[in-house]
Amino acid sequence: MAITTKGQIGLTGNTAIAYAMKQINPDVCPAYPITPSTGIIEDFAGFVADGEVDTEMITVESEHSAMSACIGAEAAGARVMTATSSQGLALMWEMLYIASGMRLPIVLTNVNRALSAPINIHCDHSDSMGARDAGWVQLYSETVQEAYDNLIQAIRIAEHTDVLLPTMVCLDGFITSHAIENISLISDADVKGFIGAYKPAHALLDVEHPITYGAMSLPDNYIEFKHEQSRAMARSKAVVSAIGAEFGKKFGRSYGLFDAYRLEDADSVIVILNSAAGTTKVAVDELRAQGKKVGMLRPRLFRPFPFEELAKALSGAKAIAVLDRVDSMNGFGGPLFNEIRSALYETDSRPKVMSRIYGLGGRDYKVKDALGVYDELGKVVSTGKVETLQKYITL
Amino acid sequence: MSVPAEKKEKISVPFDYNKYLRPGKLPHIWCPGCGHGIVLKAMLRAIDKLGIDKDNVCVVSGIGCSSRTPGYVDFNTLHTLHGRALSFATGIKLARPDMKVIVVTGDGDALAIGGNHFIHTCRRNIDITALVFTNAIYGMTGGQYSPTTPLESIATTSRYGNIEPPFDTCEMAKAAGATFVARGTAYHTLELEKTIYEALMHKGTSVVDIIDACPTYFGRMNKYKSATHMMEAMEKDGTVSVKQVDKLPPEKVAGKMLRGVLHKIDRPEYCEQYALLVQEKAQAKSK
Ligand SMILES: Cc1ncc(C[n+]2csc(CCOP(=O)(O)OP(=O)(O)O)c2C)c(N)n1
Ligand code: SF4
Repeated sequence: MAITTKGQIGLTGNTAIAYAMKQINPDVCPAYPITPSTGIIEDFAGFVADGEVDTEMITVESEHSAMSACIGAEAAGARVMTATSSQGLALMWEMLYIASGMRLPIVLTNVNRALSAPINIHCDHSDSMGARDAGWVQLYSETVQEAYDNLIQAIRIAEHTDVLLPTMVCLDGFITSHAIENISLISDADVKGFIGAYKPAHALLDVEHPITYGAMSLPDNYIEFKHEQSRAMARSKAVVSAIGAEFGKKFGRSYGLFDAYRLEDADSVIVILNSAAGTTKVAVDELRAQGKKVGMLRPRLFRPFPFEELAKALSGAKAIAVLDRVDSMNGFGGPLFNEIRSALYETDSRPKVMSRIYGLGGRDYKVKDALGVYDELGKVVSTGKVETLQKYITL
Repeated sequence: MSVPAEKKEKISVPFDYNKYLRPGKLPHIWCPGCGHGIVLKAMLRAIDKLGIDKDNVCVVSGIGCSSRTPGYVDFNTLHTLHGRALSFATGIKLARPDMKVIVVTGDGDALAIGGNHFIHTCRRNIDITALVFTNAIYGMTGGQYSPTTPLESIATTSRYGNIEPPFDTCEMAKAAGATFVARGTAYHTLELEKTIYEALMHKGTSVVDIIDACPTYFGRMNKYKSATHMMEAMEKDGTVSVKQVDKLPPEKVAGKMLRGVLHKIDRPEYCEQYALLVQEKAQAKSK
């Protein structure tokens, strides 16, 4: 594969992620296959077999073991990466908390897929959203390009001394993971220069400085550990911004905490994650051409949740629909809805907010669906009243 | 043309598979040449021989190509999580000890991600029949090596040959405590039907390791010319019946897997022991 920073190359999301992993060249990659993220590990196994990376690849017998091996290797002082989806992430649950509690900067790609039951292999966000409180930084990606760029930045974010938290990069199963998109790759040398060498501050294999991870901590100091972890999570927001800006300066593609589309004077706004933002933008353009004041906001950073920034960006809107590709099953909309609505509580304008659940288990979300939501939002703008606070669309 | 009388008697009535299938769920997802369909048919014929009501049979599976089986069959069926079928089945059997509980599982499902459940099910000797579809690969996810992939074989995760020694599923089941352990192949389909029938008739944990072929991944990567070539090489020539093994010279047995019933003993069954204990305690209390 010829790399040029000018020319583009057609890659699927999975291939692009595997390629970024090759360029990052982690020390250890424990993995277990699951659709739709399998392609990442398969391609990467090829790089390992062909000696194109120095990575120790460990093909374990389940995701429970995969994340356990990630934790062991990272604690030993290695740079560690893996990838999974759906039930795989679910089976890692117990260990996700160990990784964040031990402050191990593991980087994981989660190719979003619905959770069972019923069994389904297609995209929704129930897997990563279920892990939203596991103490991992979470970045969401709209496109193949962004997934590739996010993964490279994730290494820097996770390993930053202000952060030291595991980081998860999410992209939509099949829609992004299996679709070919023309993207710009960064040269191997530039990736290497950008991420730098990994110098773990506390490594088990640094035998001159013996340490212990995960020691028993009862009511005397457990809460202090968690307090530190919480502060690190809060600090990571600034780190994500700074690294996104630095990335932009170096490679011409800047990343912030969210992506705002024709938002400046918008009355009606859709807030939505990942690939569906692309579809929504088409609807926005269509309506803007008719003179309608509509816009879109796509959060990129979900953990930590950038409350102030999102509230500020949305405070000018009159009516907002938050579209979740997952239901929290709390009787009150999806997770993105709840957090956006809560963020807006502090604003003086308090725009009206409604929850719409869409696209579960890979159900298509089309431009007409977005147009339907904008239509509803238009009514809310003119009446000042939300008729249906929450409902499913794309049924 | 007249058919000789004695030959006529040997012609069996074609088996009506549709009796046990869900026509709406067909065609199945399996690739041409996949062994799973042959195993499914042997299983249906064996169940038919039991002569029990369809509603008293429950077929449970995990996730994988093999684990799609319950979707096609008209019994009580439960399609669960990768590796966990035996645990779900244990729950079903405890709640309904009268029910015939059959677990359909892949070698990856049973022995990698679900290995822990496998050994503990055998240890308890609960009356469940586990049919392990051993194609020596993770078929569904695209041909990664599994715990039964032979040494040196190629998989998508062992491009230059597998260096992890495989499990002998039967030895493991026996060592863990299963009271009926057998091996069959898709190639020896009539023999397989009998073996499955025997397993279903056995009281206690019965495990049938079934060698079947995944031509799409294992076959292509390991240079088998066709599905039939693969069946012949792996299933016909790669195994030898326990009934013949003593009569054959050592060179004809070396490196081959044994077929047939390999282990069969009597040991108290879990649900019965459980019921006894409950009864005993209840009686002690009422006294
Ligand atoms: C927790 C979890 N991890 C991974 C997967 C992905 N997965 C589905 S089937 C499968 C392997 C199936 O192999 P096997 O059990 O041998 O059955 P076969 O497809 O070969 O019949 C895997 C890894 C999953 N469904 N759930
Ligand atoms: S991939 Fe292999 S195991 Fe799965 S259906 Fe095809 S041949 Fe059978």
